[in-house]
Amino acid sequence: MAFLTDRKRANGMGSAHAGVHHHWSMMVSSAALLILVPLFIFTFGPILGEPHDVVVAYFARPFPAIVSGLTIVTGLMHYKNGVQATIEDYTSGLTRHVLIVAFTCLCYAAAATGLFAIARIAL
Amino acid sequence: MADVNRGNRPLSPHLAIYRPQITSISSILTRITGVALILASLMVVWWLLAASAGPEYFAVADGVVRSLIGDLILLGSLWALWYHLLAGVRHLIWDSGRGLELDTAKRLGWAVVAGSFIMTAFTLIVI
Repeated sequence: MAFLTDRKRANGMGSAHAGVHHHWSMMVSSAALLILVPLFIFTFGPILGEPHDVVVAYFARPFPAIVSGLTIVTGLMHYKNGVQATIEDYTSGLTRHVLIVAFTCLCYAAAATGLFAIARIAL
Repeated sequence: MADVNRGNRPLSPHLAIYRPQITSISSILTRITGVALILASLMVVWWLLAASAGPEYFAVADGVVRSLIGDLILLGSLWALWYHLLAGVRHLIWDSGRGLELDTAKRLGWAVVAGSFIMTAFTLIVI
């Protein structure tokens, strides 16, 4: 590390010390959701209101199961990063830390629950 | 002592002194719709979990999700989802360095608002 110049160490890192990673991950997940969300709306929409056996048979099929799983995981990870920026904008100190940890846990828990549910229906 | 005045510097003017404009309103709506979407996300995940658990639990979750309040939340979330998606497209356009002229930015704002209602109506007709 001693051989790195100051310029090289600072390059691309910015004030958050994480460079453009947060922004880049938002761009990647938003591009993915641009395709996934319309697919999910038109897969999930028609099945809402159907009886239990029809719902289970529907999500046992590959396309609804994979689209739902991808949308839930990608959407909640996008939410985790987005809500973190929101919390950082309006709160500070302990409140900020507690809120970010709480929402991060909530997003991972919801994503895991959604995947578990789809897997149990589909398999 | 590079910055002795830290923490005691004049703040920029408060937001309330500015007249609401389509650019500022459409911007804050992006954040509000995004944050609000957690409600529908949790409802959908719970509904799927109940469907995987069995008919009895599904009847409970399905009843809540399709109740009047559930329907209102889902309808609002459908609009919020389209709004947030279109506003996201606008951000991707801006991030590419395009559409930043004031007139274009204002037109994009109105396009996002109009598009969100059109797509919500279109979705309700299709599904």
